[in-house]
Amino acid sequence: MASTPTTNTQGIVFKNLSRYEKRSRVKDIVASIVVHTSGIAAIVVLFFIFVFLAKDALPTFTKVGILKFLIGTSWQPEFEKFGILPLLVGSLFVTFGALVVAVPIGIACAVYIAEVSPPSFRSLLKVIVELLAGIPSVVFGFIGLMILAPLVQKVFELPTGLTALTGAVTLAFMSMPTIISVSEDAITAVPKSYSDGSLALGATKWETIRHVVIPSAKSGIVAACLLGMGRAIGETMAVLMVTGNASILPKGLVGLPNFFLGPVRTMTATIASDMGETVQGSTHYNALFAIGLTLFAISFAVNMAADLILRRGGLGKE
Amino acid sequence: MLVSVPVSISEAQSPQPRWNAASECVCGKVEVEDLSLFYGTFQALRNVSISIPECAVLALIGPSGCGKSSFLRCINRLNDLIPGARTTGRVLLDGKNVYDPDVDAFLLRKRVGMVFQQPNPFPKSIFENVAYGPRIHGVKNKSELADIVERSLRRAALWDEVKDDVYKPALALSGGQQQRLCIARALAVEPEILLMDEPCSALDPISTGRIEELICSLKEDYTIVIVTHNMQQASRISDYTGFFLMGELIEFGESAQIFTRPKDKRTEDYVTGRFG
Amino acid sequence: MISRNQTEKLAFATVALASLVVVLPALVIIGFLAAKGAFAISWSFLTQMPKNGMREGGIMPAIVGTLYLVAGTLVFAVPLGVFAAIYLAEYAPQSTLRRIVRLSIVNLAGVPSVVYGLFGYGLFVVTLHFGKSILAGSLTLAFLILPVVIAASEEAVRSVPKSFREGSLALGATRWQTIWRVVLPNAAGGIITGVVIGVGRAAGETAPIMFTAAAFFLPKLPSSPLSDCMALPYHLYVVASEMFDAPLSMQWGTALTLLMLVTAMNLVAALIRARFRRAKCW
Repeated sequence: MASTPTTNTQGIVFKNLSRYEKRSRVKDIVASIVVHTSGIAAIVVLFFIFVFLAKDALPTFTKVGILKFLIGTSWQPEFEKFGILPLLVGSLFVTFGALVVAVPIGIACAVYIAEVSPPSFRSLLKVIVELLAGIPSVVFGFIGLMILAPLVQKVFELPTGLTALTGAVTLAFMSMPTIISVSEDAITAVPKSYSDGSLALGATKWETIRHVVIPSAKSGIVAACLLGMGRAIGETMAVLMVTGNASILPKGLVGLPNFFLGPVRTMTATIASDMGETVQGSTHYNALFAIGLTLFAISFAVNMAADLILRRGGLGKE
Repeated sequence: MLVSVPVSISEAQSPQPRWNAASECVCGKVEVEDLSLFYGTFQALRNVSISIPECAVLALIGPSGCGKSSFLRCINRLNDLIPGARTTGRVLLDGKNVYDPDVDAFLLRKRVGMVFQQPNPFPKSIFENVAYGPRIHGVKNKSELADIVERSLRRAALWDEVKDDVYKPALALSGGQQQRLCIARALAVEPEILLMDEPCSALDPISTGRIEELICSLKEDYTIVIVTHNMQQASRISDYTGFFLMGELIEFGESAQIFTRPKDKRTEDYVTGRFG
Repeated sequence: MISRNQTEKLAFATVALASLVVVLPALVIIGFLAAKGAFAISWSFLTQMPKNGMREGGIMPAIVGTLYLVAGTLVFAVPLGVFAAIYLAEYAPQSTLRRIVRLSIVNLAGVPSVVYGLFGYGLFVVTLHFGKSILAGSLTLAFLILPVVIAASEEAVRSVPKSFREGSLALGATRWQTIWRVVLPNAAGGIITGVVIGVGRAAGETAPIMFTAAAFFLPKLPSSPLSDCMALPYHLYVVASEMFDAPLSMQWGTALTLLMLVTAMNLVAALIRARFRRAKCW
């Protein structure tokens, strides 16, 4: 062992490295390059998604015209009409319908899991929420088709159960796991000292939750709703299967209830159902990519907003 | 076992200046000249110059946050890994500045071992913990590894306690045993210098006593720099003592002198303040 | 006027009820699938080729196709995801680049799956001439689950105590030796858990493989990575929504098989997580 007090004054420079050690330095450098490349790959993938969408989407804007595409009121590929307004409205209606159901229930459930439920129950609930999150969207669509649609048809006495409402309810259950788990994280992250302070002042547990815990977790809860919205607006298969896929616009405000109880078509469902029927390079094909680009832009905006809110609330990853 | 070159205590306590081929003054094993350390804009060390004598124990004392640990990490360049950390000045190991561009920091760390405040064995077996160092430096031969493991564990005074179960998980050992394992792990790569960052602060008095004994026996072969908060410990085991305050080396000298006749008022305050 | 205590009771009852509204449908869905699907699933259903235009026979090629797709996804997503996670957790300084990488991953996680499908079609099927194939589908799915794998792996790598790294580096180990021999073995549990969850997600996705890999009806097993294949989720969509006369047993049977496959993967992930948590002793 190192016992002889050596005086090899150059013993720590590169040229003293053994072959094995030289090899391990080379490995270290190679690994560093691979790791950096992989990290940067995330940027490249995102950029590629944008490029490959844009490449096939851009011809739409010359062939159809950007305004006609964005605010055209009719999507009828067989008549060369490529206005995405009905699809956009369909997506937004189904999404907001879903959020109206999912947000209150999701937040309440998160509050229950984080603050109210007995501990043994808590882990069971979390497992069930995870289970719900793990069900594939096509299975949700299938269940919506087999169970929910007939129910809606019977209750509202409709000609078909495949309606915006059916889609909204199905989507509500699909976005709930996201809303619940992100809100629950935010609520759990509120320091115990906050609620202790409130309880010490004589507030009841509920008053503490309402006036101290939830306000402190507000940014996380808002982000949870945004992420749930992102999930709902991008959801494809379930909506494709249960909304009936008719591209129509509501007839004014009075027409809203009927619109909600009738079939609609969303942007995602349009891509999924039409891609198989288009000719590569046709206007229809380009228009579908343009819808994809629109969806990409929406999801980009929603995610950036959620990230910003989370970061400002101090709940971000960093 | 170790081929130990006898070094008499008196010689270690009054190191004679030696001159190497480059006719550069080498007064100690490690010669620190005008070392400053910055973390971003915060200056952690201010123009520290110190000579660390060979085969002796140097204790570094001072209040928390005074830069003792940062100083240790300058010697083996462990500060390199902290983003924003940079140094000025020189740290000469046997006359070679460890911050020179042709120095391989990994090779440097092989020659300058380190033991941390919290025992930090890997969650592997005792054997694998000690064999880790030799393995990463290219030792593959099984019997050679076994040999190194046994020698290192013996040198760290742990062999007799664990020889029957070297394949048991290291984390099953007691805190004091874990720390001696970490010392054995450091010894296994044959360092010349051992840096110890408050190695006993997480241990009970009995384990502390055993580590102190071990340190006293190790100084025959190794140059040891130990950071400690415990001034009794410093006076018991060290030959030299350096007192740090706010990133500055206030006073450096033989331990007996520092603890009985400190020259600087601040050293005196600190040394006596704790003991009353 | 109701008292504060009554308000509290009312509020707690409300949130408990909301939880019931979440739990009940989940159990109903699973109960329905189990009850109706159990009768449809048999050994021959799982191991036979579909016959008579998918009105009879089994779903073996769909199961096999999904397994191939999942295997391909693993091959591409795991190395890239784990390396990217190591970049974020170990290499990236607090720089602008790191921030951009992180934001990219956040955004990748939010891109709708059907958009991944379009992207995969444009890049792999058309531009790289892979055609509609297992290879193109696997690559598309790999990118889809990349954010999941990265997030889980990064957390796992970060959870390895700093003292282990310092212990290794202080012995003269290089950064990569430290990662390979100390960090990764101790992060393995979290990484595997994340990978399995990601794979479970990939197995259930339909939209990304519709244009890149999945065949409507193909009563034979795929012969190479460049051939297309049937897949369980797409098959379920086909028999439930595209065909008008698929027997109910075929529909429920496919749905239950898919759910069991995905749930099995999630269960495996949960077990691995629990096992590694118990073994972890720092």
